[in-house]
Parts: sequence; structure tokens; C-alpha cells
Amino acid sequence: MACCAELLLSIDLVNADKLAGRFRKYKVILTPQKFYACEMVLEEEGVYGDVSCDEWAFSLLPLDVDLLSMELPEFFRDYFLEGDQRWINTVAQALHLLSTLYGPFPNCYGIGRCAKMSYDLWRKLEEEEDSETKGRRPEIGHIFLLDRDMDFVTALCSQVVYEGLVDDTFRIKCGSVDFGPEVTSSDKSLKVLLNAEDKVFNEIRNEHFSNVFGFLSQKARNLQAQYDRRRGMDIKQMKNFVSQELKGLKQEHRLLSLHIGACESIMKKKTKQDFQELIKTEHALLEGFNIRESTSYIEEHIDRQVSPIESLRLMCLLSITENGLIPKDYRSLKTQYLQSYGPEHLLTFSNLRRAGLLTEQAPGDTLTAVENKVSKLVTDKAADTRWNLAQISSPGKITDAFSSLAKRSNFRAISKKLNLIPRVDGEYDLKVPRDMAYVFSGAYVPLSCRIIEQVLERRSWQGLDEVVRLLNCSEFAFTDMAKEDKASSESLRLILVVFLGGCTFSEISALRFLGREKGYRFIFLTTAITNSARLMEAMSEVKA
Amino acid sequence: MNRTKGDEEEYWNSSKFKAFTFDDEDDELSQLKESKRAVNSLRDFVDDDDDDDLERVSWTGEPVGSISWSIKETAGTSGSAPEGREQLKGRNSFYTQLPKPTSTYSLSSFFKGRTRPGSFQSLSDALSDTPPKSYAPELGRPKGEYRDYSNDWSPSDTVRRLRRGKVCSLERFRSLQDKLQLLEEAVSMHDGNVITAVLIFLKRTLSKEILFRELEVRQVALRHFIHFLKETGDQKLLLDLFRFLDRTEELALTHYREHLNIQDPEKRKEFLKTCIGLPFSAEDSAHVQDHYTLLERQIIIEANDRHLESAGQTEIFRKHPRKASILNMPLVTTLFYACFYHYTESEGTFSSPINLKKTFKIPDKQYVLTALAARAKLRAWNDVDALFTTKNWLGYTKKRAPIGFHRVVEILHKNSAPVQILQDYVNLVEDVDTKLNLATKLKCHDVVIDTCRDLKDRQQLLAYRSKVDKGSVEEEKIDAILNSSQIRWKN
Repeated sequence: MACCAELLLSIDLVNADKLAGRFRKYKVILTPQKFYACEMVLEEEGVYGDVSCDEWAFSLLPLDVDLLSMELPEFFRDYFLEGDQRWINTVAQALHLLSTLYGPFPNCYGIGRCAKMSYDLWRKLEEEEDSETKGRRPEIGHIFLLDRDMDFVTALCSQVVYEGLVDDTFRIKCGSVDFGPEVTSSDKSLKVLLNAEDKVFNEIRNEHFSNVFGFLSQKARNLQAQYDRRRGMDIKQMKNFVSQELKGLKQEHRLLSLHIGACESIMKKKTKQDFQELIKTEHALLEGFNIRESTSYIEEHIDRQVSPIESLRLMCLLSITENGLIPKDYRSLKTQYLQSYGPEHLLTFSNLRRAGLLTEQAPGDTLTAVENKVSKLVTDKAADTRWNLAQISSPGKITDAFSSLAKRSNFRAISKKLNLIPRVDGEYDLKVPRDMAYVFSGAYVPLSCRIIEQVLERRSWQGLDEVVRLLNCSEFAFTDMAKEDKASSESLRLILVVFLGGCTFSEISALRFLGREKGYRFIFLTTAITNSARLMEAMSEVKA
Repeated sequence: MNRTKGDEEEYWNSSKFKAFTFDDEDDELSQLKESKRAVNSLRDFVDDDDDDDLERVSWTGEPVGSISWSIKETAGTSGSAPEGREQLKGRNSFYTQLPKPTSTYSLSSFFKGRTRPGSFQSLSDALSDTPPKSYAPELGRPKGEYRDYSNDWSPSDTVRRLRRGKVCSLERFRSLQDKLQLLEEAVSMHDGNVITAVLIFLKRTLSKEILFRELEVRQVALRHFIHFLKETGDQKLLLDLFRFLDRTEELALTHYREHLNIQDPEKRKEFLKTCIGLPFSAEDSAHVQDHYTLLERQIIIEANDRHLESAGQTEIFRKHPRKASILNMPLVTTLFYACFYHYTESEGTFSSPINLKKTFKIPDKQYVLTALAARAKLRAWNDVDALFTTKNWLGYTKKRAPIGFHRVVEILHKNSAPVQILQDYVNLVEDVDTKLNLATKLKCHDVVIDTCRDLKDRQQLLAYRSKVDKGSVEEEKIDAILNSSQIRWKN
């Protein structure tokens, strides 16, 4: 944790010790990287030397057979809010490490400013170190880098696949979750690893929640039957049963009762908060109908002081899908929010506006025809006019970093272009999903996953120009193919997807599904696992 | 979900797995250990590492003679590019180590998805075992290599070295042009850590005005500088910077933000007062003003009520002791509090709900919702009734709710209102389907029966008959209606 604020706290301890006449040596270990700013802080506070600073270049934590995490939740705020690029080198290092282990990546794609910078820096690293990857056969055929701000919508939705739902409800940390007494049906909490080694979990993790009950009860019946077989066994059979099967059954039983407990607890919580209506509102927002109704639903949420994070999330979803709130709504929702949850959230709103998550439509800015002109120069409304002036007055010098951050989302147009809202005749069968939309009950194909699917299909961005333009990313969509293709057909099926700023379990589930359909194998590298609550908390100035 | 609903319900109701519990201590223990091991796998890197050629971190607090085990020499470049800095000498006595032999573990097993037990372990090991050359930055140098090379490095070399985490003197960049070239080189590398390192140097060696002027036209660097100032808490310089850039709104917000660090309510209030004149947007100005007024009120109410409570003379405080102080609570919470403890007070007092409503222009909807929740909690049904009663100009009374009566019912139900009360409000729900659903859910039999009768829906009434108790008043009522010849049933 290389955070100056935390460092300052420990420095206070050191100085307190010193004042009390206790002279000690201290060691601070920073991971994955030590920053010059930290050393400066130590020096300035007069404890440089008393405190020595080490670095542990720990960059990848394997959370599962297909999931690597950099465990950098702070990446999101640091980059997408503050514009600090301190983690880009860390990402480049991680890519470098992976390419040292698996050989060069023959096909690289990416979209987003951060993706482009990370990629460029990584290439530079590769050039500098005459790496032994040259001449090696590539094991990973494709790599895809994607910035979180290409698709905030997906991350803001309520998750309904099991793993995502468990994350939304209980918070999975580093691949494990704390199940409280309400789940374990005992008086103690249990820390449980959630990954492919948990046989029960592995079968339900990617399933829509509505299928999970049926699956678990079937499983329970089977288990019961297997236990029941021991009746009427003779002594020899019993011996066999105990020595060979019992342990496995007991293990399965334990897992099963845990997940059943989790399901019950999720059900209880979701019924209480009127999940059905919430999901209905989300779907309406995604599809863009009944905007008035959704707005008053959000308003009521706020008025009733339902969780502040939840209210904020819905407002952001409304803003991004609608290209910003109309000024009247923005004002009134903001006022009510401050009244319900505290005036200091003024700061949170300022952050959300800067990150482009919650904005106000400029007057007369609703037409798509205006879009082009506006987004070319004006980054975002009045708050940033000063920058724009600066850009206009001396365009040559400006390495304009942040114009991409607060741009219009164009979600509706993108959604139409990429067909994100599937047309469904009759009921969407969640048991036999037909597309990635199943992770959102058939209502919406995650934008991030759709982009990846489209690019992999074309092996380039060709034909996606309009989408890229709508994403405000014309300069930051890239393809890089190796000239000589030594990649085996097996490696070409292996795809590394890098999420910069975090990815959700729903996205992982959707891509796993895509993989099964198209015969790919996806591996995920993310700066952290995220979900809507984490995104909102990262933007919140007020610590709960 | 519909498909298996029958199955499920039966299942949830019947088993719950109480029938067979094989709770096994060992099982749980081993599982705990397992999870613990995985979660702590960071530490496993250290513990499992029994190779002697790595130094270990000393946690004892003794002078540590080495840089931690994980920081290894960058063997590949050390020969050709010696460098050093005086400062390092004092704290490191760290000698070249042989890099560990390349691991024989293969990560590919991991990605091919083999679930061989312990594959996590092997991946972890593999990660820590790979030749450090590629990613472990170099910190310490052999003693013999300390020399002064500070003159040799061009901006791009310097930036490259900084990027690798090497200590590198920047003192030779003295002309403004050199400094800016260094900064631009850093920006072009995209590495935020290096950009900040250069900015720290510029901050130290340039006057504020020059630095600000140059940053203004370099947005990436400017962003980093602002974040750096925020993180290190250099509030004064940050405010100066915003003033220079004429970013007035950010200036105001940055100043306002400081109130979060002030715990004492009086001091916080005084601080907020200083915020009122700041150049916020018109909208935010009003919010800050309200923030100040709210805290001012809360301080008065808090002092007053604490006194009342400790005096023990007031019934409401005796019956319902306060759970927490009202200080720094949101407005809606304050309103709830006022509706709970001070409902009947005249508008003239600070703590009266009506006064709060007027002062802060609380919308009707919000007011009614909050008052309803508070009065329902106290089971003051007459107050609830009064909330929704309006008189028109002819003197007739009418029930009206700005929030929709289904919400009213919901809130009343949550506060366990008796059926008689609920019934009245369910009846006021306009949409018939919603009304019927609510009435059924909340067992307001009369409403269900009357509604069915009004709808002339014989079938639904018949169905409902099976749900009420045998021989009850409701059953009689249903039978009477069903037998009535006055009604022309639609089915």
C-alpha cells in the first residue's frame, strides 16, 4: 500500500516515539512499488534513516485458474479521478512478467487512454531489456487491454449471476469471502475460498441466480440418496463406503450447506430491499424508456434514505445512459441527496462530475447532431472551461490528458450500434442462455464484453470506427499484430483480457460463456475485482 | 424460477439440512487452514523460501543489514552502468547476490486449467521464483561502485533510470529549459511515479509562480502535481495553485473539504461560516449555507435536549431515550428526530419540524414521508391521520398523500400498524390491482372482499373464501355476498 496518507500516519508514530525518547529502527515495505513521493515524505518529516523503505515487487495474485489480480483497488480513483499515472508502470511490469513467462503476445488490441499508455510503456520495457522472449513460441495468442471508463454502465448494474451476487452481497476479498452466522447457521463466521477448487461453487458461479436454487436442491437430493445407500450395507460394503466415499460426501455436504445458506441469506436481503423493482428500474434505464418513472424511483430511494451508495449508483446509471441529467433533475436530485445523506457529499458530486460518472446536460446539448462539435473541443461544461481556454490558446504545448475523462457517454447510440439490448420474443430462457446478456437476465449484453467479442471476431477494429468514435477513443484504439505468426492454433485460442480500473464477476462470467460458445479460453488480468459499490465508494469523499 | 418453484418450496421448507449434520472438527479446521493459507499466500512466499541465497526481512526491529529478500540485484545491467548516490551509503550495506536459478515450475499448467492440488502454491512460487531481473528494481549497490556520476545522464537517460526505481540525482538540471525538458521526457514515458519525482524536484528548485505558469500548459503534469499536493496534505500550496489557475470552484471545494478534519462541533461550525463567502457555484453556495445553518441548529437542539433528557422530566425522553447525538447528522435525520421528539412544538422553536421544513425548504413529499415514519414509529395514529387530511373550501375533509398511498401503507406496515389502521389506507390506494395485492398481502380481509364485490368478480371471491378462517366473520361476509341476488356477477 503505497499511500502517502497512510505513510504519514505511521510517521506520526515514529515521531511520537522519538519525542518520548524511544529510538528505534522502522521498516516500511511498499508493494508493488515504492514511490518517490513516499521517500520525500519520509525525508520531509525528518524520519528518513529511522525508517527504511523497501519495495516488494509483488504484482500478480492468482485468484483462480483463469483470474489474476493486481490487487490495486486504488488504481480506479488514482487514475480515473485524479489522473495520476503512477500505476501504469506497474501494469507494464506485470505484462512484461507475463510475456517473460509465456512468450511474446502475437496479437494485441486495446482501447482507452490508459490502455494505450500501458501498452506503449510495456513495449518500451521489452525493447530495453533484450528479453529472451524473442524467438520463443507464444503461448497466449491474443491480449486485449480495456479501460474501465469505456464501460461504466456494466460495472454499475446489479449483478445477478451467482458469483457476482455473492460479491455484491458479502464482498469477496482476494478470492475469499467471510460468511457470517446468518449463512453458516452457527454462531461463528467462516472464511471461505471461492474458486474452481470448490466443486459446488464451480458449477453455479456463472449461473443466473434463478437457476441456482434448482441446482442446489437437486444436488442435495442426490447427496441424500448417496448417504442413504449406507442403509442395508453389509460390514464390508460399509468399510468401503467409509474409507472411500464418506470423505468426499462430507466435503460436498459442507460446501453445499454453505452455498445454500448463502442463497437463503441473499434471498432474504434482496426481498427486503425490493430487488425486483430495482432490477426493473435498471432495465428501464438500460433500454431508455420510462425515464420519468425511473427518475422518481431514484428520488424516492433518496427520500427514504435507502443506502447512500445505492442511490448514488442509480443516479450515475441514469446519467450515463442519458448522456447526463437534465439540469432540473440534476439540481433536485442533488439537493435531496445532500439532505438525506449529508451536505458534505457536495464533494462526492464534484468527484463524480470530474470522472464523468454523474453529469448535467448542458442546455441544448441533447441532440446527437451537436455531439461532434461539442465533444471535439469542450471537454466538460463550465467546470473545465479554463483548461479548454488553455488548450485553445497554446494547442501545441498541451499534452491534454483529461479531455477523454469527462466526455459524453453516448451510451444510447453505442447500444444501438452494438445491439446491446437483445430483442427477445417470448421469455428469455436463463437456463439455456443464448448470449452474454444472460448475466443481466437477458436484458443487456455487457458493453465491455461485446467490444472484446467484436474485435476478436474481426481480429482488428475494422468496421468499428463509429463505435470507437462514440466511445471518444479514436486516438486510443489500437491493434498490433506480429509479422511472423508462429503462434500455434492452440495458443490462438488463449486470450488474455486486461481490465484497467477493475472488472466485475459478471463480465468474467459473460466472457467465460463467450469462450465456451466460440472455443476460446479467456484469462483475466485485472487491477482489482470491482462492483458498483466499490466504484461509488472510491468516488465518495466521505468515509462511511 | 417459476419452473421449479414447487420443488424449491418443498425443499426449503423441509430439509434445511438439519437431518444430517456431519460437522467434523477436522474438516473445518483443515478448511480454515486452507483458506488462511491461500489468503496469507503473501507470507508463504517468505516462509516457504528455504534457499539460503536470499536475505530475509527482519521483523525484530534490530538494525537491518539488508534490503528485504524480495529486492534483488538487477544483475543484467549492473556491470555496464554503475551509479550511486551518497545518501544510499548510510543505510544500505547490501552486497551483490547471485540471482536465484530460474524456476522449473511451469505456469502453463495453471492456465491449461489443471486443478492439481496446490497449483496455487506453485503459481505463487513461480511468480516469486522467476528471474528477478525483469521486474525487481534495483536499490542497493555494491559499495565499491559508489562514485559521482551525476553529470553523465541526459534527460531521457535520467528518466529511464528513475523509472527503474534507481536513485538518481537531478541536481544537474539547473536551467529552466533543462528542467522542463526533464519533465516533458517524464510525461512522455507515462510513468506517474517518475512524473511526480520530477515535480518534487521542480517544486524545490523553482519559484511558485514559474512552476505554476509552466504547469498550467502541461495538463498531465498539473494533474500529478495536484494529486501530489492532496496526498501530502499541502493545503496551502494547493489553494495557491487553484488561485493562480483561476479554478475558483475547486478552490472553494478544497477549502470546504477541510471541515471533515474538524471534530469539535463549535469549531466546525465556525469553519463552515468562513466557507460561506467562497466562490462556489450558485447551487453549491446555497448548500454550504444550509450546511452551516443545519449544524448551528443541531448544536442548539443537542444542548437543549441533552439537558431535558438528563433532567428526566420530559416523558418522551424517558420513554424513548436518545440513541445518539444529532450533531452532524443529515437534514432528513434531523427532521425525523424533530418529528419524533418535538412534533407538537410551535413553529417558533428551532427544533420544531415545521420550522425545519420552512428554513430548509424541504419538499412536501420528503416532509410527509419523514413525519409519517416518525409518528408511525411512536404509534401515534392520530398524527398519521392528520398528516393526510385536508379540508377543501367547502369544509369537506379529504385524504391526500403526496407520496402515493401504497407507500404510506408500506411504511405503516413496517411499523406494525394494526389492521384497522392499515385497512383505511389500503382502501385509499387508487389502482385497483395494487390495492387488491396489498390487501391480500396484509390480510385486510374487508378490503379484499369489498373490492371483489365491486369488481363483480365472483371467481376471485370464491378463491379468497378458501384463504380465510373457517367460521370466521369474514367467511360469513363472503357467503352473504355470494348469496346476494343484488349483484350481477361478471363471471
